[in-house]
Amino acid sequence: MAEHLLEVEHLKQYFPVRDGWFSTKPLKAVDDVSFSIDPGETLGLVGESGCGKTTVGRSILRLYEPTDGVVRFEGEEVNSRNIHQLRRKMQMVFQDPYSSLNPRMTVEDIIGEPLDVHHLYQGRGERRDKILELMGLVGLNAEHATRYAHEFSGGQRQRIGIARALAVNPKFIVCDEPVSALDVSIQAQVINMFEELQEKLGVAYLFIAHDLLVVRHISKNIAVMYLGHMVETAEANELMDHPIHPYTESLLSAVPIPDPKIARQKKRIMLEGNVPSPLNMPTGCPFRTRCNYATDRCAEACPELTDRGNGHKVACWNR
Amino acid sequence: MKKYEHLLSVHDLHTTFTTDNGEVHAVNGVSFNLDAHKVLGIVGESGSGKSVTAYSVMQILAENGRISGGSIIYKGEDISKWDEKKMAGFRGKNCSIIFQDPMTSLNPVFTVGNQLMEAITLHTDKRGAAARARAVEMLELVGINEPEKRLKQYPFELSGGMRQRVMIAMALACEPDILIADEPTTALDVTIQAQILELMLDIQKKLGMAIIMVTHDLGVIAEMCDEIIVMYGGRVCERGTADEIFYNPKHEYTKGLLHSIPSVKGSREKLQPIEGTPINMLNMPKGCAFCPRCKEAMKICLEAVPEELFINQDHAAACWINVRDGITGGPAVQKEEEVVTNG
Repeated sequence: MAEHLLEVEHLKQYFPVRDGWFSTKPLKAVDDVSFSIDPGETLGLVGESGCGKTTVGRSILRLYEPTDGVVRFEGEEVNSRNIHQLRRKMQMVFQDPYSSLNPRMTVEDIIGEPLDVHHLYQGRGERRDKILELMGLVGLNAEHATRYAHEFSGGQRQRIGIARALAVNPKFIVCDEPVSALDVSIQAQVINMFEELQEKLGVAYLFIAHDLLVVRHISKNIAVMYLGHMVETAEANELMDHPIHPYTESLLSAVPIPDPKIARQKKRIMLEGNVPSPLNMPTGCPFRTRCNYATDRCAEACPELTDRGNGHKVACWNR
Repeated sequence: MKKYEHLLSVHDLHTTFTTDNGEVHAVNGVSFNLDAHKVLGIVGESGSGKSVTAYSVMQILAENGRISGGSIIYKGEDISKWDEKKMAGFRGKNCSIIFQDPMTSLNPVFTVGNQLMEAITLHTDKRGAAARARAVEMLELVGINEPEKRLKQYPFELSGGMRQRVMIAMALACEPDILIADEPTTALDVTIQAQILELMLDIQKKLGMAIIMVTHDLGVIAEMCDEIIVMYGGRVCERGTADEIFYNPKHEYTKGLLHSIPSVKGSREKLQPIEGTPINMLNMPKGCAFCPRCKEAMKICLEAVPEELFINQDHAAACWINVRDGITGGPAVQKEEEVVTNG
């Protein structure tokens, strides 16, 4: 029945922040975000720090209890009762390969833990076989199994984290900045591995990152977030080559291009000022305070995502 | 008539750290020249010795580190032989540094004005109101609004981009000849990064200082630098103009780096990563440092360290493959004796 693997509708995630002795006010980390991901494909989620991209990933997996909105996985609504079972199908890879692995556990135990939690083996032998298979899948040697996380380099640790996520044979993985902490040459190894695993296992990714060239390379579709709102989403090359939203435009023009000739010709659209605090959101469109095209209408109401053809959706009154 | 050939000339620099596990040779014979109005980029992965090279110029190495060989000639004088007192006068006044992390490089318990004016009073004869005026002027130069108000604020009240601007203002307060930027934008968002890079080039045009840009980001290098040094395992693999390095790489490591980054044009071709992991500096191979990861490695690569040889007048690389292919325009780095006789 359900065509999409994952559907997110009007997801809202507010955090209470104290602003007085007894009063709190909401910090709107994610405000009304909707998107969907099909089986075996990758959605890239980009935006600057504080735009809520990580929160989206965590809310989907119910690491936070969403304030409002619906997340559907294979047509089934995700709630606090069924999330435990659904985490057999949805997993996460974290940004920091140094703090996301328990230093007191061996690699075998780290990768084996999801198997223990979900009772996915019959005896010790099967557990060990599964772990070794997973390690082979991410390019780790069998003799690494009894070592501790600190004995590995950053790239290898990220492989351990990925093997852990793959242990339950999930259909969907949230990858939260999985390559940002790695060196360029190692980054390429891990990106290739993500692609190979997708081809082999048909797993879908929500790929959260700030490096736009990496996101373009790995994603089928890209969504751009600003201050908790989704401002534009389209097929990856369409979005990168023909951005419509003024924020996407300036974000793309700010990316340093590793090609001197193109870099010299490039025109930069500079943004003035800083991102406003999510506690004091501007009325209407969140981007209007830094936008060159802002009009009175932008202050009055927040634009909705509207389709501009071929699934290229933009939330802007003026473009 | 200039008395010296280059503003800064580093020759055969060796920097060593003493650790519990033995001596680590973080920098192994690095040489480069820097002239006013130029941006020199040093690119490499973590552990390549790029930051240590920069810190050696400033002599701000960790306690267990020392410059174990070579010379650092600034305006004709070898500053690597200077004592701490002389170096204190050099740092900040002639050569400044900005660090990667603007969150931790400002002192949290002093106001911005206090820290900015400290740099000014230390190195110039401006005091009191004059120093304050200079601080305001510097904040204006780096594009901070309401500078008078900012002087009274503490670092935690400013955003990351603002803090990095304050760091730049502080570094430039005494109009140094050389600005060293050690990954100045790595901790910042892309739009803020673009602002800071633009600002640095802008100020450079106004003040004419030389910049040493240390980074791992090939994009930043391509946009900023006149000349590029690619480092691996504490040695220079390749040096040249931006166009030569990006369009005509002649070292296998540089080629590997360029193949590791996703295409700018968005073709989804598979990346070709460099296999293996970066070398362990405690256990350096006898020959070329990159040899264990190099697909084209030959017998000689295991045996001997390749010399840097000119490819053309704007470009040199240290790779045995170039020797095999007969591309040599003579040694790029002069031997010590020749420098002495020339000098």
